[in-house]
Amino acid sequence: MEAYLDNSATTRCYEEVADIVRKTMLEDYGNPSSMHQKGVDAEKYIRKSTEILSGILKVKPGEIYFTSGGTESDNWALFGTALANRRRGRRIITTAIEHSAIAAPAAALEAMGYEVVRLPVGRDGVLDIQDLANAMTEDTVLVSVMMVNNEIGAVEPVAEIGEMLRSRYPDTYFHVDAIQSFGKYPICPKRMHIDMLSVSGHKIHGPKGSGFLFIDQRVKINPLIYGGGQQNGMRSGTDNVPGIAGLGTAAARICASLKENAEHMYSLKERLAEGVSDLGNIYINGPSDLRKGAPHILNISFQGIRSEVLLHTLESRGISVSAGSACSSHRRGGSATMEAIHAPREIMESSVRFSFSELTTMEEINYTVQVLHEVVPGLRRFTRK
Amino acid sequence: MYQAFLIKYAEIGIKGKNRHLFEDALVHHIVRALKRVDGTFEVTREMGRIYVRADGDFDYEGAIEALKTVFGIAGISPVLIIEDMDYDNVKAQVAAFVKAVYPEGTPRTFKVVARRPNKKYPHDSMELNADLGEAVLLGCPWMKVDVHNPDVVLSVEVRQSVYVYSETIPGPGGMPVGSNGSAELLLSGGIDSPVAGYMIAKRGVKIDAVYFHAPPYTSERAKQKVVDLAKLVARYAGQIRLHIVNFTDIQMAIYEKCPHEELTIIMRRYMMRIAEIFAEQDGALGLITGESIGQVASQTAQSLLCTNAVCTLPVYRPLIGFDKQEIVDRAQQIGTFDTSILPYEDCCTIFVAKHPVTHPILKVIERSEHKLDDVIGPLMKEAVETTETIVVDGEN
Repeated sequence: MEAYLDNSATTRCYEEVADIVRKTMLEDYGNPSSMHQKGVDAEKYIRKSTEILSGILKVKPGEIYFTSGGTESDNWALFGTALANRRRGRRIITTAIEHSAIAAPAAALEAMGYEVVRLPVGRDGVLDIQDLANAMTEDTVLVSVMMVNNEIGAVEPVAEIGEMLRSRYPDTYFHVDAIQSFGKYPICPKRMHIDMLSVSGHKIHGPKGSGFLFIDQRVKINPLIYGGGQQNGMRSGTDNVPGIAGLGTAAARICASLKENAEHMYSLKERLAEGVSDLGNIYINGPSDLRKGAPHILNISFQGIRSEVLLHTLESRGISVSAGSACSSHRRGGSATMEAIHAPREIMESSVRFSFSELTTMEEINYTVQVLHEVVPGLRRFTRK
Repeated sequence: MYQAFLIKYAEIGIKGKNRHLFEDALVHHIVRALKRVDGTFEVTREMGRIYVRADGDFDYEGAIEALKTVFGIAGISPVLIIEDMDYDNVKAQVAAFVKAVYPEGTPRTFKVVARRPNKKYPHDSMELNADLGEAVLLGCPWMKVDVHNPDVVLSVEVRQSVYVYSETIPGPGGMPVGSNGSAELLLSGGIDSPVAGYMIAKRGVKIDAVYFHAPPYTSERAKQKVVDLAKLVARYAGQIRLHIVNFTDIQMAIYEKCPHEELTIIMRRYMMRIAEIFAEQDGALGLITGESIGQVASQTAQSLLCTNAVCTLPVYRPLIGFDKQEIVDRAQQIGTFDTSILPYEDCCTIFVAKHPVTHPILKVIERSEHKLDDVIGPLMKEAVETTETIVVDGEN
């Protein structure tokens, strides 16, 4: 049996997403910038996706900009606003647990002379809004906070942050990395006072290489990519019609049943957590109240077993999981998130992330619980003496 | 400008009656190395020399790079070929060649060394030396003749066309692979073993390799890294058979039954034993390891004695007297370093004791190994039988 429990790394495309990608590659393959009928046909897909996404977020269609994915959206939000507003201020506030798509551009801006403040989080990975209030200054041009942490599923109080910023620092822009939360939680940027929102297609059963950045029309931002002037000159490059069509299709389906999906994933998460509890020396990273964390992420440390060893053991039984964040497994050393929540070394080294989607079944979870019972005691016999 | 290379070889030249065998092997490896270079090449042996001649346009830098991976080549001289043998044309071309390679500004001394294997050519070598020297002096007034101690030796060979060359780019030296039997390399994902393989291959030894894989303690990526390293070594050594042995069960048995501080030594003894089995299969005459005295606990003189005690074949340890930095330098030179340091190193660190023995005593180790007596036979058999063998070569 197979169990794919690495949905925070990427998801399986919906059938209808693959269908529309195929169609836009083989039939409606025109360039939307072309003046002939082929171009017009292709452009319809873009309009349709824009409508779907602006409808979901309840924003204007002109506030949606398609990108190559989450990393580009995050980079654009940071560099684009930092450069466009550099006369007003050169201070950016973010958190210590951001994905590297935020952390790395922030570090690059720091090297360019910007001041970057990285707020700490609690043991459960959640930011204390008071820390943000204390760190705020008039010359802070941007606050960027992820909504759901990709490693431990902590959920940040973005609505409260938005409200506080808008009432007290209306000139400061608020960016939210929603790559792990779009399609899991309802998000209304206008009501939550979010100025920019990054979303990735392949995390919501869409194609890789697709994504968008919502940019409120009040935001002063520079383009990151210059060229032929597509998307109002804000993001040049031939429109990725298959990606955009697939992204819209995926978003429409996943957001049509947010509540049911979340309920389904919470039941999987609870079953897995309860199923392994009798293995002993188990530690759940992130919010201990499972329902306070994201529905699709469960990060568990099986003390005494190194993450990679458990990962490869599970892999050999057809179960795919992540050791920490898939993106951070390219690096040596611990993860920034695990360090920020002050996880002790042995917890950090033994942490494994299980992540679900609406397509994950209870059978997969039951199988995983069964395999864990088979392998964990054996692996624990082999620890470094 | 250059359309050919003259290949110079060193030690092969003194191999007496076996010389043609060495030369054949060298030609074979030159042809093999040039397969990955853009261009069409013809490799010929004429009168004790090997020429590589390019047909039409070719990647000059790439060809040099490839030739530098062929053991047995001491030097590579890029050759200008003059097809039109008219004497005035030859003189003009030789002068133009010197002008291009040694432009005005840095005065140099030179002499012409002409040879005329093509005896039908109407000018003999003495004439050629004088006339071509004169042509160079006229065309390049900044050059001066010095027949005793010249900066530049301008070689001219009159064959079916005229060959001109003056520079020699150093090759890797050594002897052509395959001219000295074969040996089994214990290849890990580290820095040392690929260098050890390179050094033995350089002496003309064909290489096959054994890698010990310990899933789930070592990852699929760690295995891929070893395959990549084998490919890098194969750029020099030619085709390598790589045996990937699943070592997990043996490691676990040792872990459970033997004293933990002796684990690494005992493990290495079993690696040697298994490597010998594959050496026999591959017809190898020795084992190769990247060991260097004192580098780690399992490479102290005492540890080496204990590891060596299970081997019946000679063990070649070309790095035995090297410092780590010297090995790193070599690895960088031959291009394996960047792959070796990729972070997929064995996460089987759990199998390494915090305080391993550094002065093991053979009798004690042997006694500890007896604890494995009732399980090790089938485990070894299983490990050998389930071994995956792949063939890598250095092309692309």
